[in-house]
Amino acid sequence: MSWGERLEKLDRRWIFLAVGFLVLIPLLFPFKLPIAVSGPARRYFEAVDKIPDGSTVVVSGDFDPASAPELMPMLTSSVRHLFRKNCKIIALQLWPGGPPLVDGVLHSLGDEMGKKYGVDYVNLGYKSGNEVVMLAFGTSFSRTFPNDYSGTPVKQLPLMQKNDNFETTKLLVNISAGYPGTKEWVQQAQGRFHITMVSGSTAVQAPELYPYLQSGQVLGLLGGMAGAAEYEKSTGVLGPATKGMDAQSSAHVFIMFLILLGNAIYFARRNAQGRA
Amino acid sequence: MSFFKQHLPVWLTAIIGVLTILSFFMPHPLIADPAETLQNWAIVIVASGYVLGAANVLKVNGEDVARRRTNWPYKIVLLASMIGMMIIGFFMSGGTHFLDAGTKFTWAYNNLYVPMQATMFALLAFFIASAAFRAFRIRTIDAGLLAIAALIVMIGRVPIGQWLTKDLPEPWQLPVWASWLLEWPQNAAKRGIAIGAGLGVMATGLRIILGIERNYMREDKS
Amino acid sequence: MPFMAARDSRLRPTFATMRPRLPIPALAGALLALVLWAGVACAQDSLATIQLLAPAPAPPTGVTANDVANDKGRALAISWTASAAEKTNSVLVYRILRADAPEGPFAVIDSVAAGTTSKTDETVTAGHAYWYRVAAVGPGGEGLSTETAAGHPTAQWFNSTRLSVFLITLLFFAFVLGFILFAQTGKSMFVRRIPGIDAIEEAIGRATEMGRSVLYVPGINDIDDIQTMASLTILETVAKMTAKYETPIIVPTNYPVVFTLAQEMVKNGFVAAGRPDAYDPNSVRYVTTEQFAYVAAVNGIMLRDKPAANIYLGAFFAESLLLAETGFATKAIQVAGTAQVAQLPFFVVACDYTLIGEELYAAGAYLSKEPRLLGSLKGSDLMKAVLILIIVVGCVLETAGYKGFTNFMATQ
Repeated sequence: MSWGERLEKLDRRWIFLAVGFLVLIPLLFPFKLPIAVSGPARRYFEAVDKIPDGSTVVVSGDFDPASAPELMPMLTSSVRHLFRKNCKIIALQLWPGGPPLVDGVLHSLGDEMGKKYGVDYVNLGYKSGNEVVMLAFGTSFSRTFPNDYSGTPVKQLPLMQKNDNFETTKLLVNISAGYPGTKEWVQQAQGRFHITMVSGSTAVQAPELYPYLQSGQVLGLLGGMAGAAEYEKSTGVLGPATKGMDAQSSAHVFIMFLILLGNAIYFARRNAQGRA
Repeated sequence: MSFFKQHLPVWLTAIIGVLTILSFFMPHPLIADPAETLQNWAIVIVASGYVLGAANVLKVNGEDVARRRTNWPYKIVLLASMIGMMIIGFFMSGGTHFLDAGTKFTWAYNNLYVPMQATMFALLAFFIASAAFRAFRIRTIDAGLLAIAALIVMIGRVPIGQWLTKDLPEPWQLPVWASWLLEWPQNAAKRGIAIGAGLGVMATGLRIILGIERNYMREDKS
Repeated sequence: MPFMAARDSRLRPTFATMRPRLPIPALAGALLALVLWAGVACAQDSLATIQLLAPAPAPPTGVTANDVANDKGRALAISWTASAAEKTNSVLVYRILRADAPEGPFAVIDSVAAGTTSKTDETVTAGHAYWYRVAAVGPGGEGLSTETAAGHPTAQWFNSTRLSVFLITLLFFAFVLGFILFAQTGKSMFVRRIPGIDAIEEAIGRATEMGRSVLYVPGINDIDDIQTMASLTILETVAKMTAKYETPIIVPTNYPVVFTLAQEMVKNGFVAAGRPDAYDPNSVRYVTTEQFAYVAAVNGIMLRDKPAANIYLGAFFAESLLLAETGFATKAIQVAGTAQVAQLPFFVVACDYTLIGEELYAAGAYLSKEPRLLGSLKGSDLMKAVLILIIVVGCVLETAGYKGFTNFMATQ
């Protein structure tokens, strides 16, 4: 069997092993490659930075643990950025796996930055219903979520007494892994309630959201771990996304190599068959 | 009986569908308020589906275990996990505060559910590599253009792309080309597909509202 | 007794022999306290004087109360011209007062920060009239607007900002209904060949030859997603084919309602093929709602049961490549179709045939060849042509600087 044939029939587990090493080594021995902030990430940062200090912001964390490695750094950086501006946060989740993740970030950063639950931030938790919840939420926060994540009636929370719909909020930050997510917020809520929005999403979904970025319905967009790393650089607080970029770089280079190798073998065999 | 099985579902679908469409254009309370109520009812119906789902899992897998059907030991693992989590959540985690930090339910969520979810998602990286090697063949000019665009975007979106071309003038840097590809050509193609898919959704929805497509109902062949 | 003591000359003080009884530090302290007390009193007086002297801020002017357009009639937009005192930063807040009659009594309903000149009152009821006044509040008091603005919240029947969408929707419905009526006259309509849909029957035939089953995955969204509805429609046709060829079919589902409907579809398919006795209720299974747990279960079915044909039609997300690659590893023929644009590349790479976007919605009509369904397909196509024309016209006009058309098309 020629080398070409052997490579073509290569057991894919060798490829899995190579990918595993190429991801692990940069995590253990970082290269510290420089990160350039792209246009959409810069616009995300500017949109958050531009809102007046002390404004109320809605944060919708629509993801679950599967996409946490990409999206948790975005959420953490966004919440930190908002808390630094003394903004008030009203959080909700439309994925059942989301509440503990978002709650953890809010409480840990809240404690770190001296924020008080109920006054500076509230987590309303999860509600099923997808777009229906978005529409109902836009009309009245308290009617859609009568209690917060821990069961406290929202009318007892000072932050919720002053905010019951999008009229008093300045921004919607949507961290989204799929459906329901940014697209549904744009379709159901952005136009209807005239809300200003930014979005952080997984790398796979981000290209789908560029039309909304171009039309101005979404003011800024973070795509995948690369977007999260760019945002971390913009805020000046580097975190797990930045650490992951070296591993992502080496994985991308390896996949590029595999595509070129696969095609080189294909063309070589095709030429050989042509000659034969 | 035929009215309840054949006609009532179709009429209900038509009325609710038309009302929901109209509520997008007509803000008057006579239209908007019933539509909003129906949306709230939809939330309740979707939520109650989870109860139905749990009952179904118990029934189907319980039968498989009882009758020792193929792979029945795996069904015991499934049922034990499901019932175990329900017991932990209902009885061992502080009642309605079962989602608070430090409860047994939260421990199980953070140490069992979260790693398993992340593991499955992580498999994608390996599968992408094997699919890229196996299936990405430049057989036509279109495929060649696709390959070039894919390579530019893959390298341009990570720091190594910036590092490789940092000494070139900005318009020649890989991240700039990657951004351009993502913002313009792929955007245009995606918009086209999205418009077509959107029309497909409207057409299918209209067929369901008008009762032309009613396969979802049991057809009484007697 | 003091008076008797005072008559005694030995006790009567004289100025010559009298020496100061209070020590100097105490006197100084008392003097200081006197000065401080006088100072505070003066300061308070001054402040009061200043306050009395500082005028109340000039009242805001131009108060208006207008109905908020395109709503349910439960909001009024109150606006006013800022008080002149804003220039000297003498305004702390504006208070909005409302009454049910022009002569009052007025009660405060809300307050906004200085610098604001509008507020929406969402606590009104359609059909009632309300009267408003606005007061500028500062350190010197309150300046109440002299004018009273009347507002009448009205519910609108039609949201005028959505006129363009309404017209296009009407046009689309007209096209679809027109072609459905045309189809019912019996005339045939051309629909281009969709290789992916033709491949479904080929895949089922291959599974029959190999004596293995067909795996049908109807997506991972619930019944409220039109893709799932479209997939279940196709499932009935696929079930009919498998019943005809006596090929086992496996349908794992991940929502209870989808599970129930899938059972009905498969049963209907077997009945339509004239093989109701061959229907196996266990061929349709509810697995789990969790995305990756579901895909782990389906991968397990693929690796253990080794179906020869895998059909993925519906809404898919990150699990699409996991399914397709595992299916490839089992050497099954694979047909996929989704309107999730982000997942299409994975299916295109890993599957033998892929239905792109609306081809999934067309599949039901294409397979059944029912005239009314084909008619709706043609209506969609015509609408797409109209939209292309609108896009081209819009681009040309926008480039030429005429923004009216774009503004008309924009909705709120």
